[in-house]
Amino acid sequence: MSSHELKTGPLEYRTQEGQMTIMGFWIFLAAEIVLFSTLFATYAVLFGRTADSTPPGELFEPGIVLIMTFLLLTSSFTCGLAIHEMRRGSVKGLLIWMMITLLLGLGFLGFEIYEFIHYTHEGATMQSSAFWSAFFTLAGTHGLHVTLGIGWAILLLIQVAKRGLTPRTSRKFFVIGLYWHFLDVVWIFIFTSVYLIGMVV
Amino acid sequence: MQLDEFFVTGEPLIYAGMVSIALVSAAILFILTYFKKWGWLWREWLTTVDHKKIGVMYILSALAMLFRGGADALMMRTQLAFPNMNFLNAQHYDEIFTTHGTVMIIFMAMPFLIGLMNVVVPLQIGARDVAFPYLNALSFWSFLFGAMLFNISFVIGGSPDAGWTSYTPLAGAAMSPGPGQNFYLMGLQLSGIGTLATGINFMVTILKMRAPGMKMFQMPIFTWSTLITSFIIVFAFPILTVALALMTLDRVFGAQFFTLTGEGMPMMWANLFWMWGHPEVYIVILPAFGIFSEVIATFARKQLFGYKAMVWAIILIAGLSFLVWVHHFFTMGAGAFVNSVFSISTMLIAVPTGVKIFNWLGTLYKSRINNTVAMMWSLAFIPSFVIGGVTGVMLGMASADYQFHNSYFLVAHFHYVLIAGTVFACFSGLVFWYPKMFGHKLNERLGKWSFWFFVIGFHVCFFPQYFAGLDGMPRRVFTIIPEWMPLNIISSVGAFGMGIGFAIFVFTVVYSYRYSEREKTGDSWDDGRTLEWATPTPVPFYNFATVPHINSMDAYVKLKEEGKTTFDEDKLEPIHMPSNTGQPFIMMAFLFVASFGVVFEWMWMAIAGLIAGVVMMVIRSFDYDEGFHVEIDEIKRTERSTRGL
Ligand code: HEM
Ligand SMILES: [Cu+2]
Repeated sequence: MSSHELKTGPLEYRTQEGQMTIMGFWIFLAAEIVLFSTLFATYAVLFGRTADSTPPGELFEPGIVLIMTFLLLTSSFTCGLAIHEMRRGSVKGLLIWMMITLLLGLGFLGFEIYEFIHYTHEGATMQSSAFWSAFFTLAGTHGLHVTLGIGWAILLLIQVAKRGLTPRTSRKFFVIGLYWHFLDVVWIFIFTSVYLIGMVV
Repeated sequence: MQLDEFFVTGEPLIYAGMVSIALVSAAILFILTYFKKWGWLWREWLTTVDHKKIGVMYILSALAMLFRGGADALMMRTQLAFPNMNFLNAQHYDEIFTTHGTVMIIFMAMPFLIGLMNVVVPLQIGARDVAFPYLNALSFWSFLFGAMLFNISFVIGGSPDAGWTSYTPLAGAAMSPGPGQNFYLMGLQLSGIGTLATGINFMVTILKMRAPGMKMFQMPIFTWSTLITSFIIVFAFPILTVALALMTLDRVFGAQFFTLTGEGMPMMWANLFWMWGHPEVYIVILPAFGIFSEVIATFARKQLFGYKAMVWAIILIAGLSFLVWVHHFFTMGAGAFVNSVFSISTMLIAVPTGVKIFNWLGTLYKSRINNTVAMMWSLAFIPSFVIGGVTGVMLGMASADYQFHNSYFLVAHFHYVLIAGTVFACFSGLVFWYPKMFGHKLNERLGKWSFWFFVIGFHVCFFPQYFAGLDGMPRRVFTIIPEWMPLNIISSVGAFGMGIGFAIFVFTVVYSYRYSEREKTGDSWDDGRTLEWATPTPVPFYNFATVPHINSMDAYVKLKEEGKTTFDEDKLEPIHMPSNTGQPFIMMAFLFVASFGVVFEWMWMAIAGLIAGVVMMVIRSFDYDEGFHVEIDEIKRTERSTRGL
């Protein structure tokens, strides 16, 4: 437990605690990759096993999924800008870009919830077949991650507004930035391997 | 739900269990209140973030679980000793082999080893705690609450009965209705969070907190095995998390992953389970290898032979452990090509394992062996484990496995690797590091008695099972036919021998607490090679007053030669330490409530518990506690008194 603090370099990397937390979070993301890979594999195995429920090709709509993709990708970009502002030492910039990020994230969630309800009305539910169980679990786990990320980021916004930029608050924001980009990457895989393939097959 | 559905009724053995639980709990409450120990319990243990205390709690809980799993085992061996026994009925027998297997692997073997890692690894690398002490406490409480959830199943709601592998469709809602199987799912899920966190924690600790100068290839071998085990945990546990979650969705929310309806795929469970499950058996054997290496090098009084080869062997085994999972279900009929591939990868594991065996023998060769109890456990391991490994290779031949699979031959194999490997290592490591943890040694004479009872009992119990298996005795049967009786009687006698060995061990602990001489130096065995022996005993809570610069393997041997210690008065600086906190305990208590709710499908309870758990996380997020500093004067005082200066 060393309490020595570096005097230069990004704030979040100045304490040993900060460095270790960031490394720990990278490892956590590795575990998350395994988690999502397992869900993707499950989805792939159960692909096409719709029993007598509606097949995905009849339900997936390109429009709405494209909007969702656009929202989430943009939010990843604005999240990058937020961290950039943080590195420049601007609390205001950080807060503004982060809030935009969260709004985009909320928009994404809104569409996803609408989509899920829509499918449910069409008779495709978690219970209707193996395929739909896998679909809702994979997309739902991603959606749950986005929800948690939004809640978490709000806590951090309050903290940075109260305390300003310190090695600790910057470290927390840096970490949530990693998390947010990670969710974006996962979504790209969902977009391609679930929706695009689901629409053409 | 009626009260008589909530509690398990109608079984005399279970009533006895309830009564003993009630009595033991009442006795604990009474003792704590009578001796006014509640405050002490809370301040010293429930809120601690000290890796040494957390390690001790892990080990004590694991011993309790060994007792529980052992009691299950003795009941099964009683039932199987004679044909047509009426001690356990089929249902009860099924529940017992399920809880036995699950408890032993998830709640005994892993926590025991994690406990030893907690105590030893930071000391071996010259660190003052793990990287994330708060998270470490969280891991422990998640394990303990998960274990409690699983263990109450036999008096409340009924135990799971589909085996520790919980194959679907048997374990699905259609064929195993009721809370039993949910206890398995939620108990493992809850404790799995902690295991994953432990993996991350130790990885960062070992990569980032080594003493100045200590290179990777100068780390003690137990630390190496912990590092690699952490990798396996990080890459394997999320698979279990998903598998359990999917089965929970199936059972509680009507999803169709592993069902026979809705085009579900029951075989997918077996795949997911073993993609985690095989790495899991290496999670419990690699740290064991590390312990044996430390003990053998110390008591052979030699540098470990082939250190680098040992490290590479561990790494290779870890990699291969992810590529062999199909060998658990060759008979499911994946086809000749798939079976051949997995057959070969399975047999390949024997190569690095063999390398390690020869390295241990090389370390022993021409050494002056100090035959302590810790060393005896390690020496007994080598030949016993070889038997387990060789029969493993036999099982790995896919075509032959059609004969061996699900017979007692398999049962004998995995007990030879898990007991002669993991359990012997737990005893060896516990006896070895006991003085560091508790300030006195375990009595050696009693230790030898317990060792001989346990080891002889072990071979008497499990060696005949290979032959029972070859005689066609299938696994997981609750009664035997007369032809198998002689072998089974021998086996049961051996099992009780192990029980006696364990009882003597517990007695040794109590006896040594009263009569053993208190340790005066930090280097209890005089031949310590690694940094944990450089600390005084009892170890100060900050571990190292000063951390020396390390530039060789076996750092403590070098320090002794140079006459250096970890108390260099000129270099003292205030030490930064984390504060205690009750949050991890409370958070996991809430998640326990939430999991209990899921088990009984009482969603109000699940949601309430979950919300309370999330509130605890929010509180944690706003917690900017900076820890505290130990001042130089206090360090000097502590070191002088513990070092007798
Ligand atoms: C030389 C190394 C090993 C080989 C080649 C090997 C091979 C195998 C094979 C092929 C099976 C499946 C047999 C069947 O179900 O018919 C098996 C089962 C098993 N092995 Fe090993 N094994 C080895 C080492 C280990 C180790 C080190 C452990 C644990 C410490 C272990 C624990 C188990 C367990 C628990 C099972 C049974 C699981 C169950 O069905 O409940 N094995 N082994
Ligand atoms: Cu295996």
